[in-house]
This record gives sequence, structure tokens and C-alpha cells, in this order.
Amino acid sequence: MGKKMAIIAAQGSLDWAYPPFILASTAAAMDMEVKIFFTFYGLPLLKHKISAKVTPAANPAMPMKMPFGPKAFQAIDWPIPHAVSGFIPGFDSMATSLMKKQFKNKGVATVTELREMCLALGVDLIACQMTMDVFGFEEKDFIEGVNFAGAAAFLDFAAEADIQLMM
Amino acid sequence: MSHNDEIDCSGMSCPLPVVKSKMKIDTMSPGEVLKIITTDPGSCKDIPAWANRVGHEMIEEAEENGKYYFLVKRGD
Repeated sequence: MGKKMAIIAAQGSLDWAYPPFILASTAAAMDMEVKIFFTFYGLPLLKHKISAKVTPAANPAMPMKMPFGPKAFQAIDWPIPHAVSGFIPGFDSMATSLMKKQFKNKGVATVTELREMCLALGVDLIACQMTMDVFGFEEKDFIEGVNFAGAAAFLDFAAEADIQLMM
Repeated sequence: MSHNDEIDCSGMSCPLPVVKSKMKIDTMSPGEVLKIITTDPGSCKDIPAWANRVGHEMIEEAEENGKYYFLVKRGD
């Protein structure tokens, strides 16, 4: 029987948007049955338009590099103190577009593309019903193909899964 | 060794070479050979791991001018 993988996606920033979709699409390509349970801040990753951002202020180890210019310039890790960057208006938007550009340059698919691949490969994307109610999401806010369930339904699958991850 | 179909994943990073290869080989028949071309160094281990996991046979792996070539025979 094929392997099963159960993922809980609880984070909604851009850097945390990639791992669940990357691992899920890869596992599905390896013929595993995959379910991702989107809860708390992971829930917006199921919206029609993904507007996830990344904030350097909350990620002290995040390198600040420029995805353009000569190689030596790109190698510079800009020493911008996080205590400062956190207070500069628009800094997170800039860091977000730089990260997207960097990923694009390196041939990494966008989060939206990875999500589409997951659906095409039969990954089950589950929205946490409770979180939806708490944060005021409705079924129509999410893309087609999303399923809706609670913790018990997910755990019933996770109990039989070979790989269980929380992200 | 000849192949029946080919997919060029040059410039693509993880997990695209594996995902695209999977989608391509699914359109082929058991016993047919898919040629995969990549430039992602990670794919050197990823493509064989994927093939081994799903029961495809890795027939050939080669590297030439910064590109990686794989011949994978589709399993049943």
C-alpha cells in the first residue's frame, strides 16, 4: 500500500507558504496520499489570491540580499538591523518582492503554481472549519477543490499516516 | 539508449523537475523510457529517489556541460 503524509500548515507568511506545498506536491509525485490541514494563519493560503508577505523583523536569520546586479553585489548580506527595518513603512513589502524575485531567478515555482500542482496531483487541501468561523472566512473565499473539516477528521487520516509534519 | 519521450527541466528548481517528470511519465506506457534533462544540482539525488520510490527503473544518469541527463523506464 502507498505511503501517506499528513501536514498541518499553521503559518501564513511567504517563507512558510512554500514548505507545505513543496513537500506535498513532491510526495504526491512519489505516489503518496497527501492531506494538508490549513489552520490559523495557514488558512489564507487557500484564498483565491495569495497575498502572503515576509517580514525580516520577525526572522533574525533571514539574509537580506539583492536579486539583481553583479555577482559580488548579490552576495552582500545587507546589515540592516531588524529593530530598524521593523519600523520602516513598506520595508516588508520590499523584502517580499525581493524574495519573490530571488525565487523566480532561481527557477522556483510561485506558491500559487505549487498549489495548483498539488491539486492536479490529488493532494487534499483541507480548511479548518473552526478557524474559518473564528476569523470570519466563508467557503466562497477559497479556491475550488478545497475540503472543509475539523481536527478529528484530519487526525483520523494522520493516525494512519507514515509522515506527519507541522509547519 | 533510445527513449520514447523527453522532458526538459532546465532552469527549474525543486520540486519542479520531479513533479514535471511525474506528470510526463504518467502519460506514457509501462516499459517506455523518459529522458529527463535538468540543471538543478539537487535533482541528481531527487530524480533517482523519486524513480526508486514509485517503481520506475533508473537506466542511466549522466552529466555534461552543467546539465544532468536521466533515462527512466516507466514501471507498471
